[in-house]
Amino acid sequence: MDKNNFNIIIAGAGGQGIVTLVDILANAAFIEGHDVKSSELHGLSQRGGTVLTYVRFGEKIFSPLFENGQADLIIGLDLLESLRQTIFSSKKTNIVANKYLMPFIGIIPEKEILDGLEKAQKNKLYLVPASEICQKELGKEVVSGIYLLGYAAYKNIIGLEPESILKAIGKVVPQKYLELNIRAFNLAKSA
Amino acid sequence: MKKEVLLGNEAIVQAALEAGVDFVSGYPGCPAAEVGDEFGKIAKDKGVYFEWSTNEKVALEAAIGASFSGLKTLVTMKNFGLNVCSEALLPLCYTGTNAPMVVVVGDDPSCWSSAQSEENSRGYAFIAHIPVLEPSDCQECHDFTKLAFEISEKFKLPVILRTTIRVAHQRAPVQFEEAGKKDLKTGNFIKNPHQYVTLPPRVLEMKRELLEKMEKIRAYAEKEKINFVEGGKSPFGAAQGKKIGIIASGVGYLHLMEAQKEMGLDLPVLKINLFYPSTQKTIANFIKKLNKVLVVEELDGYLEKEVNVIAKETNPKIKISGKDLLPEVGELNVEKVGLALAKLTGKKFTIMKAETPDIPRRYAKLCDGCPHFYTFSVIKKIAPENTIFGGDIGCYMIAGMPPHNIQDYEFCMGSSLGIAHGVRKSTNQKVIALIGDGTFFHSGIAGLINTVYNKSNPLIIILDNRITAMTGHQNNPGMGKNGMGEPAEELNIEEIVRACGVKNIKVLDPINVKELEDTVTDFLSKEEVSVIVCKRICALLARRQQNG
Repeated sequence: MDKNNFNIIIAGAGGQGIVTLVDILANAAFIEGHDVKSSELHGLSQRGGTVLTYVRFGEKIFSPLFENGQADLIIGLDLLESLRQTIFSSKKTNIVANKYLMPFIGIIPEKEILDGLEKAQKNKLYLVPASEICQKELGKEVVSGIYLLGYAAYKNIIGLEPESILKAIGKVVPQKYLELNIRAFNLAKSA
Repeated sequence: MKKEVLLGNEAIVQAALEAGVDFVSGYPGCPAAEVGDEFGKIAKDKGVYFEWSTNEKVALEAAIGASFSGLKTLVTMKNFGLNVCSEALLPLCYTGTNAPMVVVVGDDPSCWSSAQSEENSRGYAFIAHIPVLEPSDCQECHDFTKLAFEISEKFKLPVILRTTIRVAHQRAPVQFEEAGKKDLKTGNFIKNPHQYVTLPPRVLEMKRELLEKMEKIRAYAEKEKINFVEGGKSPFGAAQGKKIGIIASGVGYLHLMEAQKEMGLDLPVLKINLFYPSTQKTIANFIKKLNKVLVVEELDGYLEKEVNVIAKETNPKIKISGKDLLPEVGELNVEKVGLALAKLTGKKFTIMKAETPDIPRRYAKLCDGCPHFYTFSVIKKIAPENTIFGGDIGCYMIAGMPPHNIQDYEFCMGSSLGIAHGVRKSTNQKVIALIGDGTFFHSGIAGLINTVYNKSNPLIIILDNRITAMTGHQNNPGMGKNGMGEPAEELNIEEIVRACGVKNIKVLDPINVKELEDTVTDFLSKEEVSVIVCKRICALLARRQQNG
């Protein structure tokens, strides 16, 4: 792992608003004065299929992609998609996974997924019921990704200050959803 | 001067505004769609005309008209769009442009968001003799768009800005100038048949002029050092005595630099920004003193072949590597390039052995409430055994995935109809061909006319969900709204189908399952071609409209 770069994977299924999270983190890294590059997928992959995105920042970033085992942080918006991307984890990697499962035909049992995640990362695995909390507290499951950013930021495992991410949210999120997003982010402070 | 995080596609739009673009046309497709989407939003404020055209050929032709009339133009499309407009592109290179024109083309190595083929649009450079610039990051998306306008203006030729998905959908800080205000420009077509009419014998003269232009652009690119050498100065570099160099283009350059950083290498790198016409002198000078060179490029080894030709004259003993160490199929990444570097230099590139969890594939699926659910279930239930299901390009490609599994062929825009006709002519099997509203307007109509004219009888189902959905909800001619969101004539699909000579037509809401079932049963027994228009708004669009 390159000491100088901070590598983040954000994964989930199409339609979970992952591109917005990428935009926010890229802007937050830029606000903190880092060089940054990200890569995201649009198109058919968004129709409910697996979505895998990369954000990396540091002094000088060349490639928007990084390799197996090189993630500092994996944020998964779905348990199975979190497990799928554990190929990017090493001993150092923090995994923040939404305790939420979007089932599909052929899916494996939740227990197997959780066992897989624990096998991949025992000590730095955070299973966070973000969807449940956002639905209960805000009535909107859709901001669970923002909640997870807040969770990782206030746990200090995202390589960026919460204030920078909040600033970036202000830049990226449309005005009419801004308050909801900020509330979701800050809700994770007490988690 | 401003610096902001921009998507590669946004950087292209920003640069085009700075260059003073007047006229933008295109057809949506991943990974280029956001170029048009962005212009759709801002065109009116910025004094720019923007349209989503019916297809890429029409988009390019519209831009040709604008360029001949003195307007600075930009055309945007995904790789396959270049195939569609190639018929107009080749003569355009012969006539040349009047006002400058940039053609933005997005390739998709690894086919992340593409069916059909892993196309390498750089190949068109050789067929059309058109300059091709290849940005690798967002800053270059910006800078090369401006450069493309400059080259186009100077040499009166269209210039292709060729991105790939990892460039167009990359976000990174970009330095740019805020574009000033301008008014919508009215051009003037000054008659010049000598230049704009491609009849023989003038057409051959035009070809000669085009080839001369290529030599001039080559010389200009050499002089301006558009392709340049960097690195190789530190003790880890070629100075080690091995005399190894790299030639890299596109996003492959970024993977290369990352791999070098990880391996502590600093080899001399010739960065190819202008892919075509090739800067042969720069390449010759670079490889002259080397023992080995590695060409890092995605997909086909076009550059490598060029280097091979140049080396025959300059340095016949040099060992040229490229596609022997890097794959021709699939996108490049740091690991692939790093391993190639390791083989070349003897330096170690460490890869983490990761255990790949055995996880079932999450297929793309129809959205909740999608009207296609009804249509798919009905045809699957009603169609007799051995019916052939024709697919086309759109969300309804999902028909080929579980649990639907009703797609027996799937090619390119509009082809479900043409192929359906061929199958019907050649067999006794029933054929049901699916096509969306956007795709029908794009290139379905010619296929429909052919089935009527040449007397075959597939059942054609037009899935009219009232928008071009898959590429991100762009307006199309069936919606009564144009690309800038202004009111437009709403073309009636039923009337078009009727005018094409189809006798059996039914327009229905697929939610009325019984009606759809009865119609499918009835139409499958017809002697002539029949068309069902399943008309129901895209569920995502409906929800969006409700939420305002």
